[in-house]
Amino acid sequence: MVPLWFYLIVAAALFCIGTFGVLARRNGVAVLMSVELMLNAVNINLVAFWRYLTPEKINGMAFAAFIFVVAAAEAAVGLAIIISVYRNRRSVIPEEADTLRG
Amino acid sequence: MNFLTDPNLQPWLIPVGPLLAFIIITLATNRAKLTPSGDMVYGGFRPPYGNMPIPVATNWSRILSISVGMGGIIMSLLVSWSMVFRAIGDHDFGSKIFGNNIPWLATGTSMLNVGVMVDPLNATLLFMVPLAVLCIFIYSIGYMAADPRQSRFFALISLFAGAMLTLTVSDNLLFLFVGWEVMGLCSYLLIGFWFEKESAYKAAIKAFTTTRVADVIMLLGIVYLYHVTGTLNFREIMYDNNGAMLELLGNTPAILFGSFGFSAASLIGVFLIIGTIGKSAQFPLHVWLPDAMQGPTPVSAMIHAAAMVSAGIYAIIRMYPVFVGAGAFAADPHHGIFTQPLMLMALVGGFTALFAATMAVAQNDVKAVLAYSTISQLGFMMAALGIGAYVAATFHLITHAFFKALLFMASGSVIHAMEHGEHHVHEHAHGDGHGHDDHAPTHANTHEHGAHDHSEVHDAHDHDADHGHAGHAEHGHGEEHAAHDAHTFDPQDMMNMGGLRHKIPVTFYAFMIGGFSLAGFPLITAGFWSKDEILADAWLGATEGFGPHAFVFVMLAIAAFLTAFYTMRQLSLTFFGEARTEEAAHAGLGGPMNIVSQTMQLPLIILAFFAIVAGFAGVPQDFPIFGSIFSSDGSFFFHLVERSVVPLDNIAPTHPPFNIFPVLVSFAVALGGLYLGWVMYGRKPLKAGEPDPLVAILGPSLHQTLARRYYMDDLYTLVFVKPSQAVANFVNVFIDKGVIDGILHGVARVFTWLGDFIKVLNLWLIDGVSDGIPHGIYKVGGWLRGTQTGRIQQYLLAVLIVTVLIGIVLAVSSGALAAPR
Repeated sequence: MVPLWFYLIVAAALFCIGTFGVLARRNGVAVLMSVELMLNAVNINLVAFWRYLTPEKINGMAFAAFIFVVAAAEAAVGLAIIISVYRNRRSVIPEEADTLRG
Repeated sequence: MNFLTDPNLQPWLIPVGPLLAFIIITLATNRAKLTPSGDMVYGGFRPPYGNMPIPVATNWSRILSISVGMGGIIMSLLVSWSMVFRAIGDHDFGSKIFGNNIPWLATGTSMLNVGVMVDPLNATLLFMVPLAVLCIFIYSIGYMAADPRQSRFFALISLFAGAMLTLTVSDNLLFLFVGWEVMGLCSYLLIGFWFEKESAYKAAIKAFTTTRVADVIMLLGIVYLYHVTGTLNFREIMYDNNGAMLELLGNTPAILFGSFGFSAASLIGVFLIIGTIGKSAQFPLHVWLPDAMQGPTPVSAMIHAAAMVSAGIYAIIRMYPVFVGAGAFAADPHHGIFTQPLMLMALVGGFTALFAATMAVAQNDVKAVLAYSTISQLGFMMAALGIGAYVAATFHLITHAFFKALLFMASGSVIHAMEHGEHHVHEHAHGDGHGHDDHAPTHANTHEHGAHDHSEVHDAHDHDADHGHAGHAEHGHGEEHAAHDAHTFDPQDMMNMGGLRHKIPVTFYAFMIGGFSLAGFPLITAGFWSKDEILADAWLGATEGFGPHAFVFVMLAIAAFLTAFYTMRQLSLTFFGEARTEEAAHAGLGGPMNIVSQTMQLPLIILAFFAIVAGFAGVPQDFPIFGSIFSSDGSFFFHLVERSVVPLDNIAPTHPPFNIFPVLVSFAVALGGLYLGWVMYGRKPLKAGEPDPLVAILGPSLHQTLARRYYMDDLYTLVFVKPSQAVANFVNVFIDKGVIDGILHGVARVFTWLGDFIKVLNLWLIDGVSDGIPHGIYKVGGWLRGTQTGRIQQYLLAVLIVTVLIGIVLAVSSGALAAPR
C-alpha cells in the first residue's frame, strides 16, 4: 500500500503550484484557478489523513465536502468580480485594478 | 359701557376719529410710487434732486387719505357738537359734568386715573376746535393737492387734531400734557414738512426746542402739583370739597422761593405759566411762532388758531383757580389782590400784546404780520387772565381762533394766487425768449388750463436775514427771475401785491371780515366784543386804582390801536390800489370752478360767518341796544362758562357793569387805527417801487429794528445758539475726539497689543503642537501608503510570507523541528 507521505508530497506539490499560480499569474482567471488548486491540495491532505489515521470516523470527508462548497461559492463570487472588473476596465489583470493604491 | 348712548362715555370718542385716521393713513393709505422728480416742488422749493426717482403719493392714496382724514374729523365734530348742545340744553350742566375715567398708573397704594370730561369750559373749545380743524382740512385738500407727500400731510394733521382734542377733553393735567406734547411733536413735523428747505427744518427745530424749554418747566409744575395734592384731576383739585385742595395748595409753602412768599400754588402756577409762555408764544419765548410760518399754510392756521397756541391759553384757564388760589395764598384780582402767577401773566401778557403789535407793523410778509398779530392777541388773553377776566379771555380765545384761522387761510389763498401770477409771468418770459431751461414744456402744460399745477407753492419764506432766501437762492428758477425783473420774486411780500381785490374777490371779502374782526371793528365783528370785554374788565380795575389793571388797560389799548393800523395796512397793501408787479396783475386762483379754488374758499366763507356771529354770544347784557337784542337774559357765553362751578368767591367770574369809557376807547382805537391805516395806505395806494411811508415816519433805524423783531433772534442766536454751538464744538473736539476717543483708542491699542502677543503664542505653541500632530500623522501615513500598492498579488505574497513565518514560529515553539527524542 502506498504510504501516507506519498499523498502528502503530491498535496504539497499541488499547493506549491497553486501558490505560485496565485502569486505569479497575471490573468485574474488563472489566479482564481490557482486558488482552486490550493484548495484541492488541502482536500487531498484532509482525505489522506482521514484514511490513514482515523478511517472509522467521517470528519475528514465532511471537511472535504465543505471545502468543495466553499470553493464553488468562491469561484462564483470570484468570477463575478472578474467579469465586473472586466466590464469596467476592459481587463482581467489584477495588477491593473490598482484604484486602491495608496 | 355703551359709547353711543352714555353721555359720560362719549367724550372718549371725540379724539378717537382723528387719531384713528392718523393710524389708518399711516399704515394703510400712505402709498407712494417712485417717480422721476422732474418738476416736483416742496412748498415752493425745488430740491436739487436731478431726475432721481422720488416717492410721490399715488392718486388713490391721495383720495383715500383725504377721505379718511375728513371722516375722522367729521366724526369728532359730530360727537363734540352733540355733546356741546346736550350740555347747553342741560340746566344742571356745570354742577354735573359728563366724564369718565379709568385707572392708569398704579404706584404703590396711590392710583393715577386718567379720563375725559366735558364741562362748560371745554365745551366752548369743543365747539370751536373741531369746526376750525374741519375748515382747515377742507382747505388743505386744495392747498396740498399737488404736494408729493400729501397723504403724510393728512396723517400728521389728523394726529395734530387728535392731540388737540385729547388735550381738550382731558380731565387731568397729565393727560392734558400728553396731548400737549404730541402737539409739540406734530408742530415739529409739520413746520418742517418741507424739510428739503433749510429754513423749514431750522424753523421746525427752533419751534420744538423753544417749546421744549417751557414744557420741561411745566412738567416740573405738574410733578410738584401731584406731589402736594396726590391727584392731577381738575375737578378733584379745583372744584370738589369746596376748594379744600386749593386751600392746601395755598397754605403749603413752596419748596423753592418759599421765603419770598411763594406758596405751592404760586410756584406751580408760575411753572405752568412758563409752559404756556412757550406754547402760546409769549415774550420771551415767542421767537418760534413767526418762523412756524415755514410750514404749509393750513399748518400755520392750525398752530396759530385752532390748536397749539390755544392749548396754552386753555391750560391756564383750566388751572385758573390754582393761580388765584385760596387759603393764606388767596388773591382777588377784582379787589386788587394779586398773586405772583397773576402778576406774571398780567405783565407778560400786557407787554407781549404791545411788543408783538409793534413788530407786526413793520412786516412786509403777509403771513408774518399775522404771526405777530397772533402773538399780540395771545398777549391780550394772558393779560386778561392776569387781571382776573378769565371769561373774557376764554371768549377772546374762541373768537380769535375763528378770525385768525380765517386770516391765515385767506393769506394762503393770496399767496396761492400770487404764485399763479408768477407762473403766468414766467410763461411770458419764456415766450419772449428769455427762458432757457428744460422745465419750459412742463410749464406750458400747467398754465394753459384753469386747474393749474400748484406745485409752485411758495409758502412761508422767512424774511429774516438769518434764514435769508435760502429757499429762493436754490430755486431752480432763480436765474429766470433775474433775467426777468432783476430780483427774486417773493409771492408773500405785500410790496409785490396790490389790487388783488378784483382778482380774488371771495378771498378779499373773507380777509376783510377777518381783518376787521382782528382789528375789533365796532359792534359787528366778534373781535370787538371779546376785546371790549377785556378792556372793560381792565378799566374797572384801573378806576379802582389797581396798578396791574391800569398797566394792562394802557398796553392793550395801544396794542389794539396798532392792531387796527397794521390790519388796515395789510388790507390796503394787498388788495387795494393797482397791481405793483406783473405777477400781481396776473394773480388768481385759476378760475371759480375748479376744485382748488372751491376747497380753498369754502372754509373762508364758513369761518367768515363765525368771525362775525361768534361775538354775539358774548354781548354784555347791559350794553345799549345790542345787549337787549343778543343777551336779553344775560350774556350767553358768560353764563355758560360761569356754570363751571367754582366753590370760592374770589374766583367766581364777575361781570363788569357797563361803562361807556372802555367802549369809547374800543371804538376809538379800532376806528382810529383803521383810519390811520387808510390814510397812510388805502387812500393813496402805494405805486410800484414806492417806499413804505412808515419808514419815513419812524425813521429807517427804528423801522429796521421793528422789522428785524427787535433783534431778538439775533440776540438768541448770540446768547443761546452760538454758545451751545461752541459748547458742542468743544465737546466734539475735546471731549468726544480727545477724551472719549482717546480712552477708546487707548483701550483698543492695549487690546491690539494683547492680541498680537496671543497671536505669537498661538503661532508658536498652539499651532506648533496642533500642527505637529497632524503633520506627523501625515508623514507616517505617507510612508505607510507605499505599502498599499493596490496589487492584490503582492498582498497575497505578504500573506504567504506571514503565514510561513507563523508556521515556522509555531513549529519551533512546539518543538516539532527539534531533534527527535
